Amino acid sequence: MIRRRRLLLGAQFVLSMLGAMSVSAIAHAQTGKVTVVTSFSKDVTTPIKTAFEKANPGATLDVQNRNTNAGVKYLQETKSNNQVDLFWASAPDAFEVLKSSQLLQAYKPKATGIPEKVGSYPINDPQGYYIGFAASGYGIMWNTRYMQAKKLPEPKEWDDLLKPVYFDHTAIAAPSRSGTTHLTVETILQGEGWEKGWRTLRLMAGNFRQITERSFGVPEGVNSGQFGLGIVIDFFGFSSEASGFPVKFAYPTVTTLVPANVAIVANAPNTAGAQAFVEFLLSPTGQEVLLEPGIRRLPVNPAVYDKPAAKGLPNPFKDKTLGARVKFDVDVSEKRTAAVDSLYDQTITFQHEALKAATKAVHDAEAKLAKKDNARGRALVKEARDLIAAMPVTEAEVASDAIAKAFTGSKQPGARQAELEQQWAAFAKTNYAKAKDKAEEAGKLAR
Amino acid sequence: MQASVLPRLRRAAGSATAGQIVAALAIAAFLLLFLVLPVAQVMIAAFQPRGGGGFTLVNFVDFFNTDLFMRSFWNSLYVSGMAVLVASVISLPLAYITARFEFRGALLIQTLGVIPLIMPPFVGAVSMQLLFGRNGTINLLLQDYFDITIPFMEGLNGVVLVQAIHYFPFILINLSTALANIDRSMEEAAQSLGSSGLRLFRRIVFPLAMPGYIAGAALVFIKVFDDLATPLLLNVKDMLAPQAYLRVTSIGIADPMGYVISVVLIVFSLLSMSVSSLALRGRDYATTQRGGGGLDRRRLSPVQAVLAYGIVVFILLLVLSPHIALTLLSFATVWSFSPLPDSFTLAHYGRVFAESAGYMKNTVLYAGLAAGIDIVLGIAIAYLVLRTKMIGRQWLDYGAMAALAVPGVVLGIGYLRSFYDITLPGGVPLATLWIVIVLALAVRRLPYALRACTAALQQVSVALEEAGENLGATKLRVIRRIVVPLMTGGILAGFVTSFATAAVELSATLMLVQSNADAPLTYGLYVFMQSPAGRGPGAALGIIAVILVAGCTLVSHLLIERHRRRSGATR
Repeated sequence: MIRRRRLLLGAQFVLSMLGAMSVSAIAHAQTGKVTVVTSFSKDVTTPIKTAFEKANPGATLDVQNRNTNAGVKYLQETKSNNQVDLFWASAPDAFEVLKSSQLLQAYKPKATGIPEKVGSYPINDPQGYYIGFAASGYGIMWNTRYMQAKKLPEPKEWDDLLKPVYFDHTAIAAPSRSGTTHLTVETILQGEGWEKGWRTLRLMAGNFRQITERSFGVPEGVNSGQFGLGIVIDFFGFSSEASGFPVKFAYPTVTTLVPANVAIVANAPNTAGAQAFVEFLLSPTGQEVLLEPGIRRLPVNPAVYDKPAAKGLPNPFKDKTLGARVKFDVDVSEKRTAAVDSLYDQTITFQHEALKAATKAVHDAEAKLAKKDNARGRALVKEARDLIAAMPVTEAEVASDAIAKAFTGSKQPGARQAELEQQWAAFAKTNYAKAKDKAEEAGKLAR
Repeated sequence: MQASVLPRLRRAAGSATAGQIVAALAIAAFLLLFLVLPVAQVMIAAFQPRGGGGFTLVNFVDFFNTDLFMRSFWNSLYVSGMAVLVASVISLPLAYITARFEFRGALLIQTLGVIPLIMPPFVGAVSMQLLFGRNGTINLLLQDYFDITIPFMEGLNGVVLVQAIHYFPFILINLSTALANIDRSMEEAAQSLGSSGLRLFRRIVFPLAMPGYIAGAALVFIKVFDDLATPLLLNVKDMLAPQAYLRVTSIGIADPMGYVISVVLIVFSLLSMSVSSLALRGRDYATTQRGGGGLDRRRLSPVQAVLAYGIVVFILLLVLSPHIALTLLSFATVWSFSPLPDSFTLAHYGRVFAESAGYMKNTVLYAGLAAGIDIVLGIAIAYLVLRTKMIGRQWLDYGAMAALAVPGVVLGIGYLRSFYDITLPGGVPLATLWIVIVLALAVRRLPYALRACTAALQQVSVALEEAGENLGATKLRVIRRIVVPLMTGGILAGFVTSFATAAVELSATLMLVQSNADAPLTYGLYVFMQSPAGRGPGAALGIIAVILVAGCTLVSHLLIERHRRRSGATR
C-alpha cells in the first residue's frame, strides 16, 4: 500500500511538471514578436527596443542577453529547432563563425545614405550575411584620479604605453576572449608586419597590469580605479564618462574603426519582423538613438552627425585620420584567427608573470645605463629585447594549412593544437627567462 | 561510538526491499537523464581524435605533457588545501562558541553565517576589489597613512583568502549541525572521568562532530578545486577550472582540451570524495540520545563573554565585508579610486524596483524547487548508501557529487543539446521551459544537500530504527517517523546551502534563460553589469538577492526551531 502511494506521488510530480510546461508553452505563441540574442547591455538595448516598438506598432522586441561567445554557442546548439530571429553584437569574428556554419541568412537592407566603408573597413559583409549599424574604434581610456595620484602623464599614442612609466598600470582584454581586441591585435600585425607587430605587442604586454578574460572587465577596472589605463573600444570610454566616472578616452592616431553588426538568423521564425528591425536600426530614427549618453556609438549614417546630440562624437566620415591609415585584409585575418589568438595566449597571457619580469629587468637596466652608459650593456639590452620579441613561428607557417587545420579540428594528420601550444609556450618561457638574465647582467655592468 | 555488530551482520546478509530498489533506480534514472547524458554529450570530445569520430586517449597524453596544465593542477591543489585550512580557522570558533555557550544571537550567527555563500556574480567581484583590491579602500588608507599596501587580492594566496571567506559556511553549517546532535551524556561521561577543557574538546566533542566537519571540509575542498569564478575575478588563470572554462567558452575553436580538463576535474573530485569517506570509515558516530540536546550550555563569565563576542564580531566583520562594500556600492553615485563613494543616492534601487519583483519571484521559485528536489534526493541517496547493502549504491553518491566538478556552462550546453530537439505540443522546444533551469540548478546544487544529509544520517543510531521496526513499523514508516525527524537539522542545513547557492547561480542559467519574464535575479544582474551605468543598479539587485535569500534562510530556521519546541524536545 505504502509503496504504491510513493509511486503515485512520483507520478503526480511528473504530471505537475508537465502541467507547468504546457502553461508556459501557450504563453510563448505571440504575433509580432521579434527575438534577438545580443551581447549588448540594457543601456543599449532598452532605448532601441522602446524606439523600435514605437516605430512598429504591434511588434515586440524580445531581448535575450548572452555574452558573444555564449550567444554563438547557443545558436549552434539550438539550430535544429531555431527560435531566434536576430543576432546582434559587436565582434565581426563572431558573425564570421556563424556565417561559416550556415546559421545566418543574407539580407540586403533598403535603407539609403549609408556609405560602403567606415575608415578602411567595409560596413557590411560583402555577401550580405551581416550588416553594420554602428562603428567603433579602439583607444585608450584612463582614470584621472589614478593618473593624478600616481603622477602619470596622459598617453597619446600606442607607443606611449611601451614606456617604463606605464609599467604595471594598463589592462587589456585577451584577444581570444574579446573579438574587438582581436581586431586590434590583427591591425597591429597587418600594419607593422608580423615580426615587428609581435615585438610591439610583446613589449606593450610586458607593461600590462592585467589581461582580463572579459571585454567589460577592462572599463570596469578603470572605472573603479583598480588599474589606471585600459585599452578599450570607444563606447566603453564614452559611456563611462557619461555615467559620471572620473575617466577620459582618446583615440591614438592609428586606430581601426570596425562596425558593430546585426544579422538575421537562418530559419528565423519571424523573418519579416527581423527585417523590420534591421531597417529600423539603419533608419535615421534608429541611428539617432545611438547618440544617447548610455550608448554613444558612432552612427554609420553620416547625416546623423549633424544632429545636436552628436556633439562631442568624432565623425569618421569627415575626420579622415580616424581609421583611414590602416589597411585591413579581412581574408588574411580570418584564416589565422585561431592561431593568432592562441599565440597571444600561450606566449603572453599565460606567461604574463615571466614576461613582466623580463620587461621590468629591461626597464631597470636601461634606467641604469642612462645614468652610466656601457656599450656591452646596451648590446645585452638589445639582445634581451630581441629575445622577448622572438616568435616560435613565422607568418608563412601560421598561414599554412598544417597549422590552420590543427585549430579547426580537421581529420587530416598533423600536429594537434595542444602540441603546438605547448611548444609555443615553452619557447616563450625559455626566452623570457634568458631575456631577464641578460637584462640583469646589463644592469650590473652599468653600476 | 558503540559498535552494533549483530544487526550489521544481519543487514549484510539480507537484501534490499523492493521499495529501496525502486528508489535507487529512480534516482539513477534522474542522474542519468539530467546529469550524465547531457554532460557526456559535450564531454565526449575529450575522447575523440582531431576531427571527431573514434576513440582516443591522446588528448590526455597532451594534458600531462603540457606545462601549463600541470602547473594549473598543482596550483589548484594548493589553493584547495589552504582554503580548507583557513575556512576551518574561521568556522571552528563560530561553531564552537554558539554550540557551547549560552550565547545571545546564536540564531543570528547561523543566519549571517550563510550570507557569504550568497555572493552575487560580478557585483560581488567589483565590491571586493573596491574594498580589498590594489586600490581599494583598505590599501588606499594604508597607502595614505603608512605608505604600504597589502596584496590581499593577488596571486594564489589572494584566491585562498577569498575562497575561504566565500565557502567557510559549508563547514560552519555542517559542523554546527553536528555539534547540536552530539549526545550530552557522552560529554558528561567524559567529564565525570575527569576530562575537561581543550582535552574534552579534542578527544570527545570534535571527534563526535567529525561527520559534519568532514562533510563541510570535503565540500570546501572540492568546490574550491572546481571553482572558476574566484580565480578569474582575481585574474589567476593558471588553475584547472579557469583553464577549462576559458577553453570551453572561446568561440570557433574545435579544442578538446577544455573537456579533457573537465574530465580530470571530475575524476579528481570523486577521488577526494572517496578519500574523505575513508577518514570516517570503520567508525560509528551515531548516538542514541536525541532531541534538542547538543553540548551542555555554559554561562559565559564576563571575561569569556568579552572574548567570545570579540571573536565573533571580528570574524563576522571579516566575512561580511564584501557585503558591506556591496551595500555601499548600491547606494553610491560614483566610487572610483577613493576609500568611500563620492556621495550616496537611492536612485539605483528606484531603477531596479519595477522589474525586480519578477526576478525575485523567479529566484525564490527556482531555487526553492531546486533545493526541495535536492533534499529529497539527498535523503534518499544518504539512506540507500548508509542503510542498505545494495550493490553499486556508492555510485549514486559519486554520481551526484560529480555535478560539483561539471562547469555550469558545460551543463548548460549539454541541456541545450539534449533537450532542444524534444518538441512539446505547440512546437516549443523542451529546453526553453523554465523547469529546465530548475533541473539544472537542482543537479548543480545536489552535492551540498547530499553531504549535509549524509552527515546527519551518520549521527543517527541504527538502533533507533531497529527499535521502530521491532515494534512493527514498516521501513517507510520508520524513515518518515524516525529517520527524517532525527535528521531535521542536517536536512535544513542542506536545504539552506542548496537554496542560497542556487539563488546566485549564473553560468548554467545564462545558457538556459529564454526570456526576461523567466529570468532569475542573477540574470538581471548580469544584464546590468555589462555597462558602466549599470554598476549601481546591479549592486542594488545584488543586495536584494542577498536580503531575499537571507530572509528565506531565517524563516526556515525559525520554522524548524518552532517545530522542535512544539514536539517537546527541550529538556
